[in-house]
Order: sequence, then C-alpha cells, then structure tokens
Amino acid sequence: MAGIAIPHVTYANLEDEMKILVAVKRAIDYNVKARPKSDGTGVDLANVKMSMNPFDEIAVEEAIRLQEAGKAGEIVVVSVGTAACQETLRTAMAMGADRGILVQSDDEVQPLAVAKLLKAIVDKEQPGLVILGKQAIDDDSNQTGQMLAGLLGWGQGTFAAKVEIGDGSANVKREVDGGIQTIALKLPLVVTADLRLNEPRYVKLPNIMKAKKKPLDTVTPADLGVDIAPRLKLLKVTEPPARAGGVKVADVNELVAKLRNEAKVI
Amino acid sequence: MTALVIAEHNNKSLNVATLNAIAAAASIGGEIHVLVAGQDCGAVAQAAAQVAGVTKVLSVDAPHYAHALAENLAPLVVSLAPAYSHLLVAATTSGKNVMPRIAALLDVAQLSDIIEVKSADTFVRPIYAGNVLATVQSVDAIKAITVRTTAFDPVATSGGSAAIETMAAGPDAGLSQFVGEELTKSSRPELAAADIIVSGGRGVGSAENFKIIEALADKLGAAVGASRAAVDAGYVPNDYQVGQTGKVVAPQLYVAIGISGAIQHLAGMKDSKVIVAINKDEEAPIFQVADYGLVGDLFKEVPALVDALGK
Repeated sequence: MAGIAIPHVTYANLEDEMKILVAVKRAIDYNVKARPKSDGTGVDLANVKMSMNPFDEIAVEEAIRLQEAGKAGEIVVVSVGTAACQETLRTAMAMGADRGILVQSDDEVQPLAVAKLLKAIVDKEQPGLVILGKQAIDDDSNQTGQMLAGLLGWGQGTFAAKVEIGDGSANVKREVDGGIQTIALKLPLVVTADLRLNEPRYVKLPNIMKAKKKPLDTVTPADLGVDIAPRLKLLKVTEPPARAGGVKVADVNELVAKLRNEAKVI
Repeated sequence: MTALVIAEHNNKSLNVATLNAIAAAASIGGEIHVLVAGQDCGAVAQAAAQVAGVTKVLSVDAPHYAHALAENLAPLVVSLAPAYSHLLVAATTSGKNVMPRIAALLDVAQLSDIIEVKSADTFVRPIYAGNVLATVQSVDAIKAITVRTTAFDPVATSGGSAAIETMAAGPDAGLSQFVGEELTKSSRPELAAADIIVSGGRGVGSAENFKIIEALADKLGAAVGASRAAVDAGYVPNDYQVGQTGKVVAPQLYVAIGISGAIQHLAGMKDSKVIVAINKDEEAPIFQVADYGLVGDLFKEVPALVDALGK
C-alpha cells in the first residue's frame, strides 16, 4: 500500500459535522437507598457509592451511536459539580465521548443554575445537539433539559425513546403518559433521554486507559459569568412514614379472605 | 395572591390530573385561575369553569396550542405570569415537559412534584426515589410548581361558575411540530385513576404470559401496570411503567406479581393503600412493603387467585 495517498475524508469533514454536547451528573448509585442525616439537614451521602446518573449514561450512548452512524462529529461531555465529577467525565469518555469539561463548584448547584452554566458552554461550543438524561435520580427534578432549551430558545425533545436526525430537523419519539408521541423539531435542539432510547454499552478496560489521555478542561461558574446562588432553600429532610410490616398468607383463599374481610378493598 | 393552573386536556375534555393540580392550588389559598390553551377547546374551557374553586378561566385557541408543545405553550404562560404568584401544573409527562421551560424563561426555580403545601412559599417534595422528603422554600417572586397528583384529592368537577375570558394567541414559535401519536388503547381503567392495579414484572417472563396478569386485572376491574424490567424486556408498552421515573400511583389495592421490588419501582407504588405481592422468592424486597405476601409460583397462584375471586 506504500505510496498510495489516503484521502483525509473522515477527518476533514469532522469539523463540518454536528457537534454533540452531553451533560452528565454524578449521582447516588441507583442500587443505593438514600437516607436523611439524623439531624435532618440533608441526605447522608458519606461513604455512599456514586455513579453516573443512569439516564445520562443513555444520553452519552445516544451521542456515540449518532457519531458511529456518521450523523455527528465530536462529542463533548460536561459535568457540573465537585472535582469528583472528573471520574464521571472519564467514564463518559471511556464509553466514547471525545473530550470533557468540568464546571467545578463545591457549592450546591440547582437545576436553573446548571441550565445557565450549560447555556454558557453551548454558546462557546456551538453544538447542534445537546443530550441530557431526562431526570437525575437524586433530586428527581426533571428540569434541566427543558430549562436549557428555554434559555437557548431551542426546541426540546424530552423523554426521548427514539431520535432521528434529518436535514435541519429531527423527529423525536417521546414517552408520554398515553403511549408514544412523535414531534418534529428544528435543529439545533435539546433532547432528554428516557429509558428506552438505547441500552448503554459496558466500558471496556482498554478504553478506560485511553480515556485518561483525552482532554478534560476545568472552568468555574465565575469563568462562565453565571450566578449559581440557590433559589430554593432546603429547610429540612425527613424519612417518609414507613409502611407497617405485613403478613404472609398461606394460599390464594386466605389472600382473598383478607382482602375482602380485613382490608375491605375488593 | 392568585394561582394560575395550566389545564391538561385533549381539546375535548379536561384531564382529571388538572383537578389534582387545582386542589394543590386551593391548599395554597388565594384565587385560582385556569388556563385552557388548545385548538377548538371550548368544551374544555366550559368544563374548567364549572370546577369547584376556579374563579376565572383563560381560554386561548390556536392550532399551535393543539398538542401543548412546550415551545409554544411556555411563552404564552410567561406572558401571563406577571399577574400571578403561583403557576401550577400536574406532574404528568405534559406538565413535566412544559413547566421547567416556563420557569427558566421567568428566571425562577421550579418546585417539582410537590406532595404537600406548608405555606405559600414552602412545599414538601420527595427526592431520592421517595426515600427522602425535602421541605423546600422558594425565594422567587413566582413559584413554578408541578403537582404529584396522588398527593392531592381531586376537587369537584362542579360547583364553580367562573367567567371565561378569551385571550389572544401568541405566535407559533416555529420550533416544533406535532407529527403523530401511538396511544395505547385499552378498555381497562387508566393507571393514574384506577382503584385497583395489577402489575407484572420480569418474573412474568414474556409478552404472551402477560395475559395471566391481564386476566386477574379483568377479574378485579383493575388497570394493568408493570415494572421497568417488564417494559424494557418488551412485554408491555412504556406507558405501563410504574416507578420513580414512570407513573406514580396510589390505588386502593396494588397487586405486584413477579416484581422483586427495586427502589425505583417502590418509589412509584408505595403510597398505595393495600399492597399484595406474589413472588416465588421469599427474600424479594417487595415483601417488605406488602401488606399481604404470597410466596409461590405466579403461573400457578395467579390463575388460582382468579378462580378464588370467582367464588
């Protein structure tokens, strides 16, 4: 093959291709049951296993699949939080994202502030598509993607089950209460991932090593000119009332009798 | 102090979730207005005007409001917002889609999924899959709120006699368009409104086997639900999912069959009045929240239960 010039087709086009920004959050692992601190001031996260928010993993996977399908160029992952979020960004890069940006803050950053920080990053990076998880399983807010879309004046394909990128627009199938809704949205666009969008890949060890070499920039909210002062004051946290322990029944006849005569629900 | 509740509807009738949101507005106090934005939705505006406690209905009619797309509905609500202290919507997929966009455009925080009103600025909301309840106070001038419907009993559909004010439509933002929808058709009650729900999990094993669950549901006049595992496996459509990020339900009776009881599933059903679990694994976490547990093979026990109910 020596002497044959290989044309730079793929890489020459990379810059013309749609950049994707994916936001990822470091959150409590989905198998861990959270508990309030005994003094009620917050949630006890000491020595608790943390992972990438599961919906954000789906968001990263979707970006990678679009890139693999030739629908997207560079994938940039962003996380907002403490230095520990670098780990989350490295995981995303081990999955296949190209580079990471940490917006570092040791203070609590609420969804509106996260959306403002992401908007500042979008203004700088100019992606054609931003993908986020629909909800973080810690604060269960389900707000950031919609807020970001509003601040950008872009369309929002929330709770996405399928994303089809077309020319200048995208069709998004959304998981809604009654079933599936399909909407067409102009690009650029914000998508939030629901559970059935894809099944995220497992990270392979060699890719973890490779991800360590990928670029990771750190900025602060001040660098981005964003005020992150919280708008919601957490007054206290409590444990919900526990359900009283139940009983085991021996068979279906006993069950029916209990439901009819004791619980009186049938 | 006046609250604006965004009505959820299909242009023909008012979704009952709106009545739960109005109930939350009523517990805040003050006047309650309802926004009905849609296409040819006059009947909905009429219905909203009859709802107990509503003092005014704002009716806006234009084709680009027909499907409550956030890109068009949010700017409309933002234009109305300065007259209000609270904006509320039910925490349905539609409400969850639009309210954060409204909040961001108003530069206010959103209070998601409130389950209790402590005062006009302080609310309780579940976090961490409902394992923690947070009491939060908003410092913003306008409170943007989504309401967990199971936490507020619906207000009566009659008793009100609100004036209907027709408002001019805003422009079509031109960002989004409704293409179509595939809605699950069922003669059974809706999950969100059912008194009894029978749910199946991974243990059911296949879409075909879900007929066992459906037979029990039909015997009880119940809605059919599912765990995430059953939906992911393709046994049933996504709108059957009960859980932290699916539907949150609180029926009189919840029957969990072949469901292990992951944190995410418990978050969606643990406020049910009575919980029954049928599972072959007696160590399954679902038994910790079940009032009545039956350890056994669902393929034997569920048909037997259908028979026993027939007696």
